[in-house]
Amino acid sequence: MTETVESSQTPVLAEDEKNPVARLLGMLWRDKFALCAALFILLMVLCAVFGPLLLGDAASHQNLRGRNAPPFSWSNGWLFILGADALGRPLLARIVVAAQNTMMVASGAVACSMIIGTALGMIAGYASRRVGEAIMRLADVIMSFPSLLLAVIVLYVFAPSVGNLIVVLAITRIPVYLRTSRAEVLEVRERMFVQAAQVMGASTGRIVFCHILPVIMPTIVTIATLDFAFVMLAESSLSFLGIGIQSPEITWGLMVSQGRSYLVHAWWLSFWPGLAIILTTLSLNLLSNWLRIALDPVQRWRLEIGGKSND
Amino acid sequence: MTDHLLEVRNLSVRFHTAAGIVDAVRNVSWHLDRGETLAILGESGSGKSVSASAIMNLIDIPPGEITSGEILFDGNDLLQQTAEERRQVNGKRIAMIFQDPLSHLNPVYPVGWQIAETMRVHGKDPAEANARALDLVRRVGLPNPQQALEKYPHQFSGGQRQRIMIAMALALKPDILIADEPTTALDVTVQAEVLALLEELQAETGMGLLLITHDLGVVAETADRVVVMNRGEIVETGPASEVYHNPRDPYTRRLIAAAPGKGEMRDGNSQGKPLLEMKGVEKAFGSFQALKGVDLTVFPGETVAIVGESGSGKSTLVKTLVRLIEPTAGQATWNGRDLFAMSLKEMRPVRRDIQMVFQDPTQSLNPRMTIFEVISEAWRIHKDVVPRAQWRTRVAELLTQVGLLPDHARRYPHQFSGGQRQRIAIARALALEPKLIVCDEAVSALDVSIQAQVIALLDRLRRDLGIAFIFIAHDLPVVRDFADHVLVMQSGAVVEKGTTREIFENPKSLYTKTLLASGLDPDPEVQAKRRAERKELVDA
Repeated sequence: MTETVESSQTPVLAEDEKNPVARLLGMLWRDKFALCAALFILLMVLCAVFGPLLLGDAASHQNLRGRNAPPFSWSNGWLFILGADALGRPLLARIVVAAQNTMMVASGAVACSMIIGTALGMIAGYASRRVGEAIMRLADVIMSFPSLLLAVIVLYVFAPSVGNLIVVLAITRIPVYLRTSRAEVLEVRERMFVQAAQVMGASTGRIVFCHILPVIMPTIVTIATLDFAFVMLAESSLSFLGIGIQSPEITWGLMVSQGRSYLVHAWWLSFWPGLAIILTTLSLNLLSNWLRIALDPVQRWRLEIGGKSND
Repeated sequence: MTDHLLEVRNLSVRFHTAAGIVDAVRNVSWHLDRGETLAILGESGSGKSVSASAIMNLIDIPPGEITSGEILFDGNDLLQQTAEERRQVNGKRIAMIFQDPLSHLNPVYPVGWQIAETMRVHGKDPAEANARALDLVRRVGLPNPQQALEKYPHQFSGGQRQRIMIAMALALKPDILIADEPTTALDVTVQAEVLALLEELQAETGMGLLLITHDLGVVAETADRVVVMNRGEIVETGPASEVYHNPRDPYTRRLIAAAPGKGEMRDGNSQGKPLLEMKGVEKAFGSFQALKGVDLTVFPGETVAIVGESGSGKSTLVKTLVRLIEPTAGQATWNGRDLFAMSLKEMRPVRRDIQMVFQDPTQSLNPRMTIFEVISEAWRIHKDVVPRAQWRTRVAELLTQVGLLPDHARRYPHQFSGGQRQRIAIARALALEPKLIVCDEAVSALDVSIQAQVIALLDRLRRDLGIAFIFIAHDLPVVRDFADHVLVMQSGAVVEKGTTREIFENPKSLYTKTLLASGLDPDPEVQAKRRAERKELVDA
């Protein structure tokens, strides 16, 4: 019997040898959209970290003669290239400074809701039926309670601060992750490789973390990036109601809502921070899409052969 | 000009994929006459279905591209016709049935409506179409034809669904019926019935039947002529019995040699203390009794085959053994302890000795783990088997043992063929040095030649390492050369058990006899004899 006939037909990937980081960067280089997105996100993170240090004073310095100064004029210096707000503060500096609060609230809330929601969802999907039911009803309760109302109550009782804002927004977004991850777990746990692990004697923790979690993670991360924008906007509406971030602290969402009353004659007040929100979300989306492919061994070749095979 | 009903000439089809250009078929020519059955035989990836897809205009262009050739039907080249002209041919003159009838029937419409739809599409009066649908359903032998029309696809069994598909295909009295693996998903006894039905209908209507299959037995049972394909090319063509008895091409010879059921049978000599004794195992799902008190004994180093059709409870039985399903009653003695009485935690160390190989290796290997991770996971769980420093060498050894290369450890499961993946699954099972390996339909999803290789591998492991096997199959010939004992199961109970020789040479129960007679032999002459036997059994 010729037992090794089939070995010769295996497709061979040349990239087997390289170290994982170099390989990942190589894949990022080949997907130009993802590369731009990554650079933009990096820029935003740098703004968030160093912005308040460098431009903190400029962003809060009022200049009543320069009220609502239009963008693209060099007369007031480069800080005013995007125009100035209703108190004559440079928009560019404000956007850079606001990045910190915005990113902290959004990423904090998204990370908390993602971790808690996914964990609960996996318990609901993998534990006994009764526990699962209990968790699901909890999710129903959160979902059926208007999230804005919940936020208003909580923030009315506690002082509005970045921390509390994160907690409130996280709670309202938990059910999204909970339901998705539970549904995915219910599907994945029936797959044959999970049964194979059970037969091998793998503990529940091992099955959940090594076999189920990596499979459901791409979906969760994709939802998280979409949620990022939602949370930013929710934060802005809370700030608008006066129970979110309080002036003189700023966030992009707050800037959008502050500019609302000047929308007719000074569109740039809302436009630039709005653009920052859109670009950040878009970049995160592109990046998560790339990440999903890059981390999936079955799909990875699409990035490795490069070119236009992204579809 | 030819007088063939359908003729394919020099057809070449290529697909532009991300991995490069794939020539699916190259210069394929064959023809089909009225009243004739032509079988296209080939393993997966041989391109056997591609020419049929080209006839039915089912090739997606792009990525597909028909680079050369013509398909002559009624003297016209189908490839030159417009989409509208081809729609007139499809369904009306040339009809097709598929492997998996469930996915080709729309779940939200009753079957009667769907059968009549084909006719309505081609402009028949609805009342007339409904009447004809009833006729057809009666003709393909569905019970209670009138009620059957009102039912939905999920209410039928696999064999009945295939009958419905056949009824739909025949609705417009086509000149040609193309059947793409029509019985692959069906049980052997049902397969025999469906093939018999196809033959009857062909005799009645005089249509040409094009049968695409990977199964030599199906060819022997039905085909007049056979076209053997390998890697996109026709390697041999001729009358079925001639090709079987005098194969000229080396590939055909290999294929015929790989067909199971020709070697020496084993008498089974069980010695010593039984390794595993299952007694009175029962399992109920609600009021449905899936297992009705099954006994099973396995001795060290022997192979026990459990054979039965779908729904016989054979998989449920072994799943209770590894506690993937909790049994309702019974016991399983292993090393003097009852496995069923253990808690799942106590069970964990025992699992090391009982490993399992699943039916579909594509699904049983985690797609996100490298082969090294897949195999070494066992040692992460059972820490005392192999010290960490030796993992690499041991994985390499195991891969060599199952006929793969040590280099393969770095790759991911999707980079392997089906047969190779099953070898990986076997290597994973071997990693823990078990005493018993349960193979749940481990070779059913594989091509015949790969099947033979995997079985040879398992048998070698049994001899070299003294591992006992429980081998589940739905097909008797597969286990003939391999098993020591055979257990035949039907609807949750054991209908017969004995040594392999006893079962094959002297079957006692009617069910075993039917099963044996329904199995298709690759030799057309043997198959003709078997068909006669089956008729007797049915008449009896």
